[in-house]
Amino acid sequence: MLLRAFIPLGVFAAIGLVLWSGIGKNPQLLPSALLGKPAPAFAAKALHAPETEITSASLLGKPYLLNVFGSWCVSCRVEHPLLMEVERRGEITLVGLNWNDTREDATRWLAQFGDPYSQIIFDADGRIAIDFGVTGAPESFVISAEGRVLHKFVGPLTEDDIENKVKPLLAGQAL
Amino acid sequence: MMPELGQIALILALLLAIVQATVPLIGAHWRQPALMAVARPAAYGQFVFVLFAYGILTEAFVAQDFSIAYVAQNSNLALPWHYRFSAVWGAHEGSLLLWVLILSGWTVALAALSSRLPERFMARALAVLGIISIGFLAFTVLTSNPFERHVPPLADGNDLNPLLQDFGLIVHPPMLYMGYVGFAVAFAFAVAALIEGRVDRQWVRWSRPWTNVAWAFLTIGIALGSWWAYYELGWGGWWFWDPVENASFMPWLVGAALIHSQAVTEKRGTFAAWTLLLAICAFSLSLLGTFLVRSGVLTSVHAFASDPTRGIFILVFLVIVTGGALTLYAIRAPKLAAAPPVSLYSRESLLLLNNILLVTACAMVLIGTLYPLVAEALGWGKISVGPPYFGLMFFVLMAPLVWLIPFGPLTRWKGDSLPAVFLSLRTALALAALAAALVWIVERELPLKAVIGVCAGIWVIFGTLAFLLRRMRNAAPGRMLTAEMVGMSLAHIGVGIFVVGVVVTESLNVERDVRMQAGDMVEVAGYQVTLREVVRQDGPNFIADEGVFEIRQDGELMSTQHPQKRRYLRGQVMTEAALDAGFFADFYIAMGEPIGTGGAWAIRLYYKPMIRWVWLGALLMMAGGLVSATERRLRQTIVEREVVQSAPEQMPDALPERA
Amino acid sequence: MSALLRMLLLAIGLGLAAGASAIDPMPFTDRAEEVRFQKLLHELRCLQCQNQTLADSDADIARQLREEVFRLMRDNKSNDEIKDFLIDRYGPFVLYKPRVSSSTWLLWFGPFVILAGASVFLWLQMRRRRRTAAAGAAPTPSDEEDW
Repeated sequence: MLLRAFIPLGVFAAIGLVLWSGIGKNPQLLPSALLGKPAPAFAAKALHAPETEITSASLLGKPYLLNVFGSWCVSCRVEHPLLMEVERRGEITLVGLNWNDTREDATRWLAQFGDPYSQIIFDADGRIAIDFGVTGAPESFVISAEGRVLHKFVGPLTEDDIENKVKPLLAGQAL
Repeated sequence: MMPELGQIALILALLLAIVQATVPLIGAHWRQPALMAVARPAAYGQFVFVLFAYGILTEAFVAQDFSIAYVAQNSNLALPWHYRFSAVWGAHEGSLLLWVLILSGWTVALAALSSRLPERFMARALAVLGIISIGFLAFTVLTSNPFERHVPPLADGNDLNPLLQDFGLIVHPPMLYMGYVGFAVAFAFAVAALIEGRVDRQWVRWSRPWTNVAWAFLTIGIALGSWWAYYELGWGGWWFWDPVENASFMPWLVGAALIHSQAVTEKRGTFAAWTLLLAICAFSLSLLGTFLVRSGVLTSVHAFASDPTRGIFILVFLVIVTGGALTLYAIRAPKLAAAPPVSLYSRESLLLLNNILLVTACAMVLIGTLYPLVAEALGWGKISVGPPYFGLMFFVLMAPLVWLIPFGPLTRWKGDSLPAVFLSLRTALALAALAAALVWIVERELPLKAVIGVCAGIWVIFGTLAFLLRRMRNAAPGRMLTAEMVGMSLAHIGVGIFVVGVVVTESLNVERDVRMQAGDMVEVAGYQVTLREVVRQDGPNFIADEGVFEIRQDGELMSTQHPQKRRYLRGQVMTEAALDAGFFADFYIAMGEPIGTGGAWAIRLYYKPMIRWVWLGALLMMAGGLVSATERRLRQTIVEREVVQSAPEQMPDALPERA
Repeated sequence: MSALLRMLLLAIGLGLAAGASAIDPMPFTDRAEEVRFQKLLHELRCLQCQNQTLADSDADIARQLREEVFRLMRDNKSNDEIKDFLIDRYGPFVLYKPRVSSSTWLLWFGPFVILAGASVFLWLQMRRRRRTAAAGAAPTPSDEEDW
């Protein structure tokens, strides 16, 4: 029995394992490159009050959920009622990042659908979104009181996300 | 009513496949002719039922029966009748049924044309094909039923997909599947041989045309996909090293090695283990391709709607079929005779090098394609592997092979003198260098790397011509050029043309994104492109902005192009690029978005020199494969039955028949 | 094929409807800058339409990243620095040509290891067979006109 002749079978077994490990996973899911790292520093104007500046430093001290949205974003409307509810319950601080938008469109959109955000950063040129590694909207980041990125959600938030992921993280527990 | 009949037909086909897979095997083991004789009728019966089911599905598309979910998802009342036939294989379930049909068809052809081969062997081979059929039919019946009804029946199907109504998409999948499935024949033979414990040169000789034809189909299938992507998708690329493209390219590489290995085994009786292993690998890679396309483990622009359940099914099937075959190989292959000694420089060693390089290239593509999975499984994060990797590695591995091609046909078996062979090729090499120098003088922009590449391509062409010339001069009249030699030469010349095309187009292609308004002129690769005007064009269900472009060279008008930006009534926006195709270069103009309000537009211009040579090369390779399959000698019985068995010393030197 | 092609079309359609297009004229100073830009973009992956390069994608984020890359280029950043910038934000996934590191040695060196290993093994086997062949039986080239 020549052991060498089993090499092809061995190689195939390895390939099979690799293939099996990939089943059920979503190959398009891209985890955030910023996990565990400090959120990128930024300084931008607020949406509603163009003279006021919001900096990353000014947001330290309290954990919050940074939500990337835009008036052009269809999926954002899907999660918006949930965000309104979260704001009503008052358990989580929501900070909005208005991306790729104009002041008029965004203000109009919020007036129409409601404004759940305690503050809204107006990302005029999209650089803040790039710094956060945003690939589309809606996306949400859980940021700790010390300013670290704890988690990133891609796509509309669900009730399950809020209850079972965001709240435990903000309470200081690991996921 | 009819769709349900279709479902029943598939179940019946599955039952026959089970019969085909088991009874002949038992018959072969116990030497029961009656049981062995079940194989052929079972294969025929299975084909009848599969054809019936496929016919019903096609009829549903043609008659636009939207009560069937699959028909509703993939067609629409507005679909022209000639595209309804190709819409059948537009998505997972239908294309799988096409796979099954083609597999059944190849099985029937094999059953019908194999009367001269030993009964025991054929019984086993057909049984193996039956096992494969079981897998695919079960997959269809259990997880991917194309006949599922949509309740309540729909009045109209889904929105039309313009990309599907296209010639390229009509021919590309069937040709590809003919190739993929065709390798199952070589696979079945290899497994049957392993079960039997010996490699009979007769069946190797007989299987060569089948493998050549399968490979030829795969070649044209891949080439059609590339050509279609180029003119339809609009980004100027002809090969993206996308996982699904790689999935079709890997069997092609191994198939090429298999063709050469089979030739050696058939002529010399050696390389038997290689032939068996390559035959197993070629079809296994086809199965792997099926897995990658339909399981969703890799992100790809081609993938069908993915489903983990389907992935698991195919993976289990793959493990059974390939794992089983490789286990059989591990146990039985060492018992095959060892090859006789050959010189370091001989045709055998050259073909061995050929095999090694092709298999390594295939391994490289496999590693690169699966690497994201490996990295994620081992916790190395998400890594991308794309064209920069594949292009570089492929070039490094294949360059030596390309340079060696002309040496093969001129080198003798068992041993030859490298200086002597080189001497007989010196004219070809000199001419190639001269031609490359001429090309460089004409096209100064060509970087040195590309000039060498062009030289290599021309060298392959001239080297092959040198072989043909020598053959015509030295051989006895009437036996000068066999179909096999002509086929080989065509394919090798095809490789040369392909290399020239790739090297030139990748080095010299120009892409420019420019802002243009009426009256503007842009220089691209020595041509002057002027936008005359942008006009409104109304189509049946769209409004278009059409740019009128004039392409000039040295002031002389070469052509006028009319790319469009279409806004359909249903809201889609599509770019209809204008393609000026030429034998030596393509010009490509696509309209982007309007810039501002002054009538300026963003325009993309491509100049792609020699890109058609890429597909011309592939076409010649396909032709070569088909021509060599017509070789009469391969249909003749070997007079003295040369059998490779466990006796290591006796290796016949003399061929029983003259080529 | 229909499902994902439809998605692709939708993505293109959405992107175009939003005014984004992969066709993005930039104010290049010369051809060399343009070529460098294109080459770089073809090595970067679009994070939204993940099967396209940054050069070919219509996605919003692709357009913004193209502008960012252009700005960095003008800022005299090298290609490696630009890639680092993107990796810091999006991870190594954004590169189509993985960097050579301990986690990619199988990728970059694996094929050559296979090639070398197979070649050496087969060469040794050939040599062994010649040695064990009957004495004096140096492999003679076939005299017949063999094909």
